[in-house]
Amino acid sequence: MMMELTDFDKSLLNLLQGSLPVCSRPFAKLAEELDTDEQTVLTRVQELKKEGYLRRIGTFFDSNNLGYKGTLVALKVDPSKMQTVAEAINLYPGATHNYEREGRYNLWFTLLTPDLETEARILDEVQSLNGVEDMLNLKANKKYKINVQFKLH
Amino acid sequence: MNAESITELTDLDKRIVRVLQGEFPLVAEPYKTLAEQVGVSEETFLERVKAMQQTKKIRKMGAVLCHREVGFKANVLVAWEVPEDRLDEIARHMAASPSVTHCYDRNTAHNWPYNLYTMVHGHSREECEQVVKKLGEECQVSKHVMLYSKHEWKKTAMKYFCE
Repeated sequence: MMMELTDFDKSLLNLLQGSLPVCSRPFAKLAEELDTDEQTVLTRVQELKKEGYLRRIGTFFDSNNLGYKGTLVALKVDPSKMQTVAEAINLYPGATHNYEREGRYNLWFTLLTPDLETEARILDEVQSLNGVEDMLNLKANKKYKINVQFKLH
Repeated sequence: MNAESITELTDLDKRIVRVLQGEFPLVAEPYKTLAEQVGVSEETFLERVKAMQQTKKIRKMGAVLCHREVGFKANVLVAWEVPEDRLDEIARHMAASPSVTHCYDRNTAHNWPYNLYTMVHGHSREECEQVVKKLGEECQVSKHVMLYSKHEWKKTAMKYFCE
């Protein structure tokens, strides 16, 4: 059973989603803003993580600026082969998100690779998987927003 | 992105990226712990992290919530067919919506005319539908497909420099 989020929790989570200070004592800095002490913030963050409210805390990288190439791939998969195709894609470390979706193209995954040669090789392999009937390689031209923040009231 | 910002990534930076993509220590001095794992001083570590923030290799230090646990139970990927000459303006408008967490302009493909993708989050499927309807009206774009997910086969954070 999930605990109820208090007003303090919501303020803490809103701050944390915005940014974690890059300094020697980041939780002390957050505590200052929340008018409490470092240990209270640390304990609460640990509890909220344990309770499953935090998907991830830490560093989020820009894959392009680290030199990686990314794309979104849409597949039309024979429904009877869905599981084997999805599991084959999951084996690629660069396939980070893989979702079965409603519609003509029913399997969608994001792929990050260190270079375009690796991407082309993986896409060739995926296209020849038994059950894959069509594939779209939907490269991004511009990223207008990547900002997963949920303001809690 | 430019070539220079990539060549700036030193071996030390890569080692720092590797420890930063692991579990972030929830202790009073987390960067000291991470610096020890890399074998550098906390000061050097913090300096490199700030430099990678400035060159936008790090786009955020902080937390991402489990959206279901905090009440955002529904989400949908929407692919829009937008006139090329209004793409930038429309993308900016949609990106400004708090319900939109991701907004990318992407290549089209044969028999697939959609060129703008938004991830929309809401408390319910109805709320997502309303947001999408409103965005479509505001931008005067009627052609779109709602790609609701039926099953999550994988959702992970990328591990860089581990290949």
